[in-house]
Amino acid sequence: MNNFEYLRAETLDQAVAAAAANPAAKFIAGGTNLVDLMKYNVERPERVIDITRLPLREIAPTEEGGLLIGALVPNSDLAYDERIQACYPLLASAILAGASPQLRNSATTGGNLLQRTRCYYFYDPGTPCNKREPGTGCPAIEGQNRIHAILGTSEHCIATHPSDMCVGLAALEAVIHVQGQGGARRIPIGEFHRLPGDTPHIDTTLRHDEVVTGVELPPSDYGSNHTYLKLRDRLSYAFALVSVAAALKIEDGVVAKARLALGGVAHKPWRDTAAEALLVGNPPGRERFAAAAEEVLRDARGYAHNSFKIELARRAIIRALEQAAAGTPQSQTDKRIR
Amino acid sequence: MPNPEAYVGRPTSRVDGPAKVTGAARYAAEYFAPDLAYGVVVSSAIARGRITAIDTAAALAVPGVIHVFTHENRPRTAWLDYNYRDEVAPPGSPFRPLHGPEIQFSGQPVALVVAESFEAAGYAASLVKVEYEAAGHVTDLEVKRHEAYVPKKKRAGVKPPPEPRGDPEGAFGAAPVHVDGDYTHAIEHHNPMEPHASTVVWEGDGKLTIYDKVQGSQNSQKYVASVFGLNADDVRVVNAYVGGAFGSGLRPQYQLFLAVMAALELKRSVRVVLTRDQMFTFTHRPHALQTIRLGADEEGRLMSVRHDVVQSTSQFEDYQENIVNWSGLMYRCDNVALTHKLAQIDTYTPGDMRAPGATTGVFALEIAMDELAERVGIDPVELRLRNYAEKDQDENKEFTSKELRECYRIGAERFGWSRRNPAPRSMRDGRELVGWGMATGCWEAYFQKTSARARLAAGGELEIATASSDIGTGTYTILAQLAADDLGVPIERVAVRIGDSSLPASPIEGGSWTAASAGAAVQAACGAVREKLLGLARSIDGSPLANAGIEHVAFRDGRIELAGDPERFVTLADAMQAGGVEHVEAEETVSPDILTSMRYSMYTHSAIFAEVKVDEELGIIRVTRIVNAVAAGRILNPKTARSQVLGGIVMGVGMALEEESMLDHNLGRFMNHNFAEYHVPVNADIHDIDVIFVPEHDDKANPLGVKGLGEIGIVGTAAAIANAIYHATGKRIRALPITPDKLL
Amino acid sequence: MSPSQEASADAAGIPVTLTVNGTTHRLTVQPTAVLLDVLRERLQLTGTKKGCDHGQCGACTVILDGRRVNSCMVLAAMKDGSSVTTIEGLAEDGRLHPMQQAFIEHDAFQCGYCTPGQIMSAVALLEEGRANTVEEIREYMSGNLCRCGAYVNIVAAIQQVLATGRRSATP
Repeated sequence: MNNFEYLRAETLDQAVAAAAANPAAKFIAGGTNLVDLMKYNVERPERVIDITRLPLREIAPTEEGGLLIGALVPNSDLAYDERIQACYPLLASAILAGASPQLRNSATTGGNLLQRTRCYYFYDPGTPCNKREPGTGCPAIEGQNRIHAILGTSEHCIATHPSDMCVGLAALEAVIHVQGQGGARRIPIGEFHRLPGDTPHIDTTLRHDEVVTGVELPPSDYGSNHTYLKLRDRLSYAFALVSVAAALKIEDGVVAKARLALGGVAHKPWRDTAAEALLVGNPPGRERFAAAAEEVLRDARGYAHNSFKIELARRAIIRALEQAAAGTPQSQTDKRIR
Repeated sequence: MPNPEAYVGRPTSRVDGPAKVTGAARYAAEYFAPDLAYGVVVSSAIARGRITAIDTAAALAVPGVIHVFTHENRPRTAWLDYNYRDEVAPPGSPFRPLHGPEIQFSGQPVALVVAESFEAAGYAASLVKVEYEAAGHVTDLEVKRHEAYVPKKKRAGVKPPPEPRGDPEGAFGAAPVHVDGDYTHAIEHHNPMEPHASTVVWEGDGKLTIYDKVQGSQNSQKYVASVFGLNADDVRVVNAYVGGAFGSGLRPQYQLFLAVMAALELKRSVRVVLTRDQMFTFTHRPHALQTIRLGADEEGRLMSVRHDVVQSTSQFEDYQENIVNWSGLMYRCDNVALTHKLAQIDTYTPGDMRAPGATTGVFALEIAMDELAERVGIDPVELRLRNYAEKDQDENKEFTSKELRECYRIGAERFGWSRRNPAPRSMRDGRELVGWGMATGCWEAYFQKTSARARLAAGGELEIATASSDIGTGTYTILAQLAADDLGVPIERVAVRIGDSSLPASPIEGGSWTAASAGAAVQAACGAVREKLLGLARSIDGSPLANAGIEHVAFRDGRIELAGDPERFVTLADAMQAGGVEHVEAEETVSPDILTSMRYSMYTHSAIFAEVKVDEELGIIRVTRIVNAVAAGRILNPKTARSQVLGGIVMGVGMALEEESMLDHNLGRFMNHNFAEYHVPVNADIHDIDVIFVPEHDDKANPLGVKGLGEIGIVGTAAAIANAIYHATGKRIRALPITPDKLL
Repeated sequence: MSPSQEASADAAGIPVTLTVNGTTHRLTVQPTAVLLDVLRERLQLTGTKKGCDHGQCGACTVILDGRRVNSCMVLAAMKDGSSVTTIEGLAEDGRLHPMQQAFIEHDAFQCGYCTPGQIMSAVALLEEGRANTVEEIREYMSGNLCRCGAYVNIVAAIQQVLATGRRSATP
């Protein structure tokens, strides 16, 4: 870990100003990703701004009937919050599918949004990586890419976004509240994370001086017709090979509204509105689900070790939609897949 | 005469349990010394080539940095390969850290930064700039397969393949049923939970006390003395607690060299701890490409067995393990050809990892046997019974004992095997396919020359000492049990001292030989103490034991009693008082009996039954049930013995489904060098496991009749799971690990 | 203006007060100091183990302000005023915590290196009160790797303590 200047912010304005004043500054809250990356010398901030004293720990109802989750709410508090469990069980399930109880106790809502990729090369400064050191190349494309992306990749980067929570947020159309020197902004989750393109070192549309203050959930009405299905190389405590968040609103035997987002397949949580549209207006059924899966994966591209993800994602989408349609969401403790 | 009060044979909680559950047990990186300095290793980025420049200025400028060692400024050490060869080194030229600019493997240590604090050393290490001139490397065994060779120098203690017997080719041609397959598994890293670490305490006058993470304190002691030209008496190595090793601590690893080098040069105490990613820069279970060809008659009787392997090794040592001999040993067959070759790739030298060789070879053989059972159309257990080996045909010897038939019978019964529908894809539980598979396990029952000392004080305190180790195996506990029984003292009064090079000579802890070897040594030492005590007791005027021989007395509750007449006794205290001594002490050494080894083969056996449930559409496998029936001779402590087998099985689950060290062949580097991407089983992966110890009497293998348990649990487990997956899905996977993609 | 000056690091480091197992420690730490290393190297409380140093194994689990966390991922400078319970603080007056006793009885460890983390995690699991079935115990203990493979016994030990309903008072 490099030496850095540690600053403890007492107000949001202090935090923003401290970041604005140093282009190599980083905010820290739970630390479960930043400290990890600093120990590998992947992140080498000159200044670390501790925002854990800021008053961003509440979950509050919004006027629209949704919830605003403070950026510092720990993942476990969020997952076990009664309102979240009652109205957004998909989000609770997605959070509990990720990491471990210990990490969920430390990790915050804002930090989870800003998790960086688990690409082997990104994590290893002994190797080239365009995301870590722009212009050095992407050895994953010709190397070990079992865990890499199949959608939205570029010739510069095929990394994935590792979060489970964000896949749930994508399906729930969350809005990210941020504040910087230019004031406050609201960024729809779909516009928050980026595709790699030719600037894979930039993960999000957040500006350097902006701090995430909260995550807003619009009202949700999916009842029990939802699921978070995560497939991985062991039964717990592993990043997703493919994960699917699905939610359906079924009225009179017809899908009135559908949400479908994938994790583990792209540089961002991958929501596909065109696939959702294929479901709407039709009775839920395997054929329709397959068509939606086909749509999601239309432009999917595999590499030497991850082509299987295309077929795995196809099957996972269908199964997740079946679980959602049946109102039998996947349990994150009973490992039998429903 | 069975003693109902005996500790041996009774489930006994670990005597080191309280220390381990309170955090009091100290491991290698947990000792302190005044002025302790911290060393952090800088690892190479390339796999092969040379360092052209190394710039340490920025690192040296970090406040708190004391020194940066590189190949350019390293102190002189021994010149000859011989000096670097440890107790278990394979033939070749052992790796010498910081020896020169040449890079032999990715992650090779290229510098050691020593600082006043761990934080300063870590920061400075990140500032060391190394420039390389890369040379071509090859890390893909497939690429080097055609260059495979039979190693000229054999590795001591590892049996080369036996000469072919019969006419394997002709018999294969004549056989009506064939199995012919290629099998492979992934390279695995041991990954004990405790990273390799050495704390070298500078005692002044060139004397060192070294707390090392190693499976043999005396192996490290001899290595350090030999490499650094020190007097062995000035080097004391302690490994009282070892946080797992599984073979990674058999040889001294490079952090030991670096820490000692720094301590000697700086004349102060130094701690070097490797990072988890550096745990992927040294020993590992090698890659192996295996081909098995079985020929059998219509009833499944083996007519021909051929097993060929090419195993990876480094460019500098010929690491060898016994992968193929099992195929000539485990089943009766008169026409057998077994070959073992090496091919060199640009990695560090592989090493022994839990049941080295057997884990690899038996996995392939036992899948092939499952394939044969299906082809012949008989039950897999029945196939194995039809080919049951009554003797070791590889070496033409009888077995000292072999209760494998009982393992099959008892294991099958407990598992409910008779309810198995033999047809693949025939069993379901809701959406999941259910598969039942089985395999045989086998591991050699070794016995090694070992010394131990016993010292009984007049107050009843008994101290046992041997340089052996406890890497989680339960050595402390079984030695305490044995000693308590032998001298009739409560186990609470027994202090077991192990894990210290200054104690009586013991080999490394490995090969599952410690219970048999250290146990027999302790028993011999206690036996000598018994003799001495009886002598003292008999010398008392009017002693009730005056005419008793050692076979006529029992040691119980601090007394020497006449067997059958416990009212006639002498207390141990009285005996010692009579002799005018405060304590009685004896040191004894036990060794294998050469004649027995020449006449007999000694093996542990097991029958493993596994149930898997598979979501076929998504490729998700759950191992829901395992029954392992083990015949391992006498069981000293059913509680710790069961744990040993459980642990082997869990590692076998990892091998079957999860563990894979992924090499990027372009970079020549293991890429998933962490616990997030190198998957070992987690709690959620492990369901019901039933371990059964099948009674087995062995009066030849060693004085205690125990055969060892550290390794048998893993052997066959991966095959049983792979066979169960086949039974569930009809998909025969011959390449481990069986990850979801392989079932799609 | 800039952030709170009292917490700014100068060469001497950042003052923090940590209550560890009931004992208050006033320390000056460098910004880079991680709680795990402070416990092990500064306070010489080596019961908390370093297995991966990256939040991937759980060997460093401690109870921080009432919750189990990976102490390897915590900058000590950020925890001024916090309370930490480590394995050394679990036994009371030399009497083992029921979970420690259950781990011994069930042989829920071999090498012992992951054990303090397993026990701290298991104690927190009981406090959390969310693990009732064996599946839930397994899932909520999956953040603690055991390479010796003692999982079956770890689950049995936890089940026993759960069944007796004996929960400790953890800070």
